[in-house]
Amino acid sequence: MLELRHVSKSFGQKQVLQEISLHVSNGEFVSVIGPSGSGKSTMFSLIGGLLEPDAGEIYLSGENITNKRGFISYMPQQASLFPWRTIMENVLVGQELQGKKDYERAEAMLERAGLGDVIHAYPHELSGGMKQRVAFIRALLSPQSLMLLDEPFSALDEFTRTDMQKWLLSIWEDDEQSILFITHNIDEALFLSDKIIILSVNPAEIKEVIEVPFKRPRDEELLLSEEFLQWKRRIMEVIQF
Amino acid sequence: MNTSVLKKIWRPFLAILLFIGLWEVATRLFSIEEWLLPAPSDIVMEARSVIPTFLPHLQSTVTLSVSGFLIGTTVGLGVATILHLMPRVRETFFPFIIISQNMPIIVLAPLLVIWFGFNALPKLIIITLACFFPIAVSALGGFTQTNRELVHYMKMMGANKAQLFWKLELPHAVPSIFSGLKIAGTYSVMAAVVSEWLGAQKGIGVFMTLAASSYRTSRVFVAIIVAMIISLAFYGLILLLEKFFIRWQQKGENN
Repeated sequence: MLELRHVSKSFGQKQVLQEISLHVSNGEFVSVIGPSGSGKSTMFSLIGGLLEPDAGEIYLSGENITNKRGFISYMPQQASLFPWRTIMENVLVGQELQGKKDYERAEAMLERAGLGDVIHAYPHELSGGMKQRVAFIRALLSPQSLMLLDEPFSALDEFTRTDMQKWLLSIWEDDEQSILFITHNIDEALFLSDKIIILSVNPAEIKEVIEVPFKRPRDEELLLSEEFLQWKRRIMEVIQF
Repeated sequence: MNTSVLKKIWRPFLAILLFIGLWEVATRLFSIEEWLLPAPSDIVMEARSVIPTFLPHLQSTVTLSVSGFLIGTTVGLGVATILHLMPRVRETFFPFIIISQNMPIIVLAPLLVIWFGFNALPKLIIITLACFFPIAVSALGGFTQTNRELVHYMKMMGANKAQLFWKLELPHAVPSIFSGLKIAGTYSVMAAVVSEWLGAQKGIGVFMTLAASSYRTSRVFVAIIVAMIISLAFYGLILLLEKFFIRWQQKGENN
């Protein structure tokens, strides 16, 4: 599905990404973790086509999308909903940009996501967690088949975050779009992903790629299992050395 | 809702009443001549007798200022859009626009009459000149202050320049545009009256000059008060439109 081939990027003298190669298969949930400042957001801007890599190419379903925009769907760190649009109008933005709007599908999706009551509300009437849900549904409803999620839960409190992770899995496991997920939270990455890509800093290189063995559907108990903790320890070791 | 409006309004209302009362008492106490400063009661009496002949003037001024305001708004939004979408043009012409605003309209008025004659055109030009600037500046401010995160989202999603403008920057600027509209609305009435001084058949400005040259000061005051009322009505109308257009924000503030 998505493939980065030896992508490098520097700003002036400072090299941010070095020889990044990664692969996201159809319906796969891939997380990228690394310390802040490791160029994760730069990587997203490259995939989104906002920046041009100094070297390397980016492919989506076999097509070269290097420095081309409109091929991916995106969920930012802040919900970034349009305050003058109702929830319904907000989740349709992605479709609007690409062409046709599908109200029925949007309504069904909002209902299923537990947002049926707020379809006609404005974003300021919703809590932070609810806004993030809307932002996720918006990304999901966008016609592109790959979603980039940029630390979408980092601004939420711990309780809301765990709820959101479970909720995200429940919605996504029905839908099976491909997701590339940025986070700096190891628990989050382990709980959600099929594959974790660990980045180093200055410049960012891929340190290791870990296939997560847990079966789906996953539930909260996994977070406290011995196996989970072992994997967590393993990832922490990779990050530290 | 109603009680809260009353609570807000009674103080300024009382102040106005007090002011009018003092004015009335002062003119009587110091027996000031009516042609110098008429008492409020004189103005009311004058207004009653003069209103029927005044109506055509009123209508003419309202039409003039509304058309001028609409043209000014269109020009203002157009200028702001062009300057926003073409940064080079903005760098080149923005200082020029600011300089144009430092030229007093009254000075420009006779020139416009020389160039365009005594018809509606020079008047509309004057009103447009007065109106477009606050709208252009506020709209431009609104465009450039668009939330960075929303812009980033739109770009990541592949929005082109037109989509970015119509779906994000323009709606985002609506509250700022309205603050410009409110200023322009009041300017338009003032500019209309001034433009009528230049020479017109009808209009509050004409009525005012005629009254002033014959020392019918009460009539001048009638004209001034009517002009104020029109101006306020404009303001109120724009306020209502604003409430309608940005109800999504209004609710948020009240919560």
